[in-house]
Amino acid sequence: MRVWHLAAAVLSLLASGPALAQGAPAQGTPAQGAKPPLVFTGIPDQDESRLVERFGRVATYLEGKLGVPVRYIPVKNYPAAVTAFTNGQVQLAWFGGFTGVQARRAVPGSRAIAQGAEDAAFKTYFIANAKTGLKPGKEFPKASEGKTFTFGSRASTSGRLMPEFFIRQAFPGKTPEQVYSRVGFSGDHSRTIQLVQSGAFEVGAVDYTVWDLDTKAGKVDASAVSVIWESPPYPDYQWTVRGDVDTIYGAGFTDRLRDALIGVTDPAILEPFGRSRFIAVDNAAYAPLEEVGRSTGLLD
Amino acid sequence: MSALGLRGPLGYRAASGWFAAAAFAALIAADFHVASLDPWADLRRLLAGLARPDFASLALLSVVHTVAFAVLGVGIGAGAGFLTAIPYARSRTLRVLCAMLRSVHELFWALLLMQVFGLSATTGILAIALPYAGICAKVFSEIIEEADLSALRVLPPGTGTVSAFAYARLPEVAASIRHYTLYRFECGLRSTLVLGFVGLPTMGFHLESAFRQGRYGEAAAFLLAFYALIGTRRLWVRGATLPFLIGLSPFVLPTVAGSPDIAAGLLRFLTHTVVPSPLRDGALLDPATWARLWSWFRPILTGQIVPGTIQTLVLAQVALASTALGALVLFPLTARRFTGPLGRPLGRALLVVVRSTPEYMLAYVLLQLLGPSMLPAILALAIHNAGIVGYLMGRHADGLAYRPDAPSGLNLYAYETLPRLYGQFLAYLLYRWEIILREGAILGLIGVATLGFYVDAAISELRIDVAVVLILATMLVTLAVEALSRALRRALRIADLPTRLSRPLATDSGG
Repeated sequence: MRVWHLAAAVLSLLASGPALAQGAPAQGTPAQGAKPPLVFTGIPDQDESRLVERFGRVATYLEGKLGVPVRYIPVKNYPAAVTAFTNGQVQLAWFGGFTGVQARRAVPGSRAIAQGAEDAAFKTYFIANAKTGLKPGKEFPKASEGKTFTFGSRASTSGRLMPEFFIRQAFPGKTPEQVYSRVGFSGDHSRTIQLVQSGAFEVGAVDYTVWDLDTKAGKVDASAVSVIWESPPYPDYQWTVRGDVDTIYGAGFTDRLRDALIGVTDPAILEPFGRSRFIAVDNAAYAPLEEVGRSTGLLD
Repeated sequence: MSALGLRGPLGYRAASGWFAAAAFAALIAADFHVASLDPWADLRRLLAGLARPDFASLALLSVVHTVAFAVLGVGIGAGAGFLTAIPYARSRTLRVLCAMLRSVHELFWALLLMQVFGLSATTGILAIALPYAGICAKVFSEIIEEADLSALRVLPPGTGTVSAFAYARLPEVAASIRHYTLYRFECGLRSTLVLGFVGLPTMGFHLESAFRQGRYGEAAAFLLAFYALIGTRRLWVRGATLPFLIGLSPFVLPTVAGSPDIAAGLLRFLTHTVVPSPLRDGALLDPATWARLWSWFRPILTGQIVPGTIQTLVLAQVALASTALGALVLFPLTARRFTGPLGRPLGRALLVVVRSTPEYMLAYVLLQLLGPSMLPAILALAIHNAGIVGYLMGRHADGLAYRPDAPSGLNLYAYETLPRLYGQFLAYLLYRWEIILREGAILGLIGVATLGFYVDAAISELRIDVAVVLILATMLVTLAVEALSRALRRALRIADLPTRLSRPLATDSGG
């Protein structure tokens, strides 16, 4: 007879499961009025502990400035961040250049509002394992042809889109898979550095701010891996917000949010980002990336 | 147990030979390049970390979440499967639907469900419940079909269907169904780890982070806790504790901030996101739309589905042959005759460790050590599945009745135990084939160019329509292999041998 009990219990759960999950977020901090919490995420581009530290501070800061509860949810990969934005689970996100373009194309009315001062002219470092014998130079390292190569995440700007663009530029008519003997996707920039350092891949493309942060943190073994090329500049990371936040939190909320971000002066917040400050930006600044996305076939 | 004597048109020897030959051919096609120039440094750090588990960093809440997801996912899946099992044998539509549900891996379900339900408890529960409902419906229906009908025959005429089922059939099948459900719960625990890899706060979330960042002490703590959870399953998941587990689980589910608009999201998902992009705004009666659809589909077929399928099959074939070899070596370790009363618990513990290590995690770690090739994926699948088949074979070996003057050691193994169990061995392997294939497909997400590799790419490019086509292709390949496996088992006359892990064996005291 136990089976019937089990079946009955299961059925009642089947009915209540989704309702529970939806009810869950209401458990936030009810003290701050009836406004639902502003939820944000960021692309997980480097070590998670650093992300939790960086976004935890942003949440506290924004909560104080905006007077609404602010929550950060960690995600495991880039498309998960974009999905959380497109299905409305988060209203705000720290995107890379390309993920921002993806998200804004999928959610009409969403806007890029602020970028790091460094993001207006961002760079990719091409790094190589010391055993390859590749030397640093001013020109694209064509000698890397035939080596094994790792990008970062598939949807990364500095670790995929732009390096792929530069590779295609250096080897006209060829895809990265044709240029390199093996092409991998490490998932994030810290992993790219580790994989090239360990020799799992010989060459890699990495976000220069993550390289600098990891170097400062003592995670880079200079005798095993080094920068061989610095790419031309392009626009990258930005804060993107959904168009419907003004209707949820009141008119002018987007402007207040942007002003709050631009007004960050606390080095404790900026330092984990590897940014000196945030500056205002708009969607048009990322038009070149859309073009690159189309030319590399990553966008329709 | 007389299967060995009955030689069908296809013999064990021929079947084994064909499989070995196919695996050998696949071996040549497989990519075994060990790319890591210095794997030892990482391996040393890994071993040092594993030797000193950092239990202080064990997030206990994630253990609770892991159990809650498994209880609810498997509970709902088994419940739905049970209800479906009753009409299952009579409805072709239901059978096809269940086959589709179970041939898509939990990880793919999670990726699709996230599009609508976001990172939420609903996504996690459904990602387990949907495929498990498909599996349970099939297995429960088999259990019902196999049950003894004698009680049914003595019912008075005019007994209602429900009464007949409840009083004459259910008592016959309840034990088997309960046993299977409890076993499935163990699989459910492993599945929750995969949910962690996509972002739900189970133990898998922390395991992935710890491995990714090289915090091996923390990873070891989570792994040991997970082994303990699986190893003690029989103690805390039983008929008596089940109501408590089910009753408490909904209240300890993780709460993730932010709730997507599910109604609008579902509508958009079904009417826009999964619709192939050429069909989204093209007129359906216009032939040009269909031409565009074909030019959209053709590169997916030739550039992704075909190479992805070949790689998936190659991976599965080599992994299957390696599983066979591994299981042959491992199973004596858990059999009483070969290890004695002292060695057997050790052997069992080893196999618990081997089979509870999720293949996805194993492949991920091996990838760090060996570099990107098919090797990490093959090793991971072979280790995990050899652990499972070895464990089952060990139980069968313990169930054999030997003559008092039976030889011992290698002679016993080679001339009696293995020949007597060989049909059973093939039955398990053929059954694992489709499971290995399903898992091989998702290992693409860590970089082997199987079908999952292209699914990952499509999702990264927000081309969910392409991802859905690829997942459907994966489903068809899995179903084809499942059908082939069933046909082979029938040709070998081993179709009636148990392949489910849960069927109570003669020696099974855990009942």
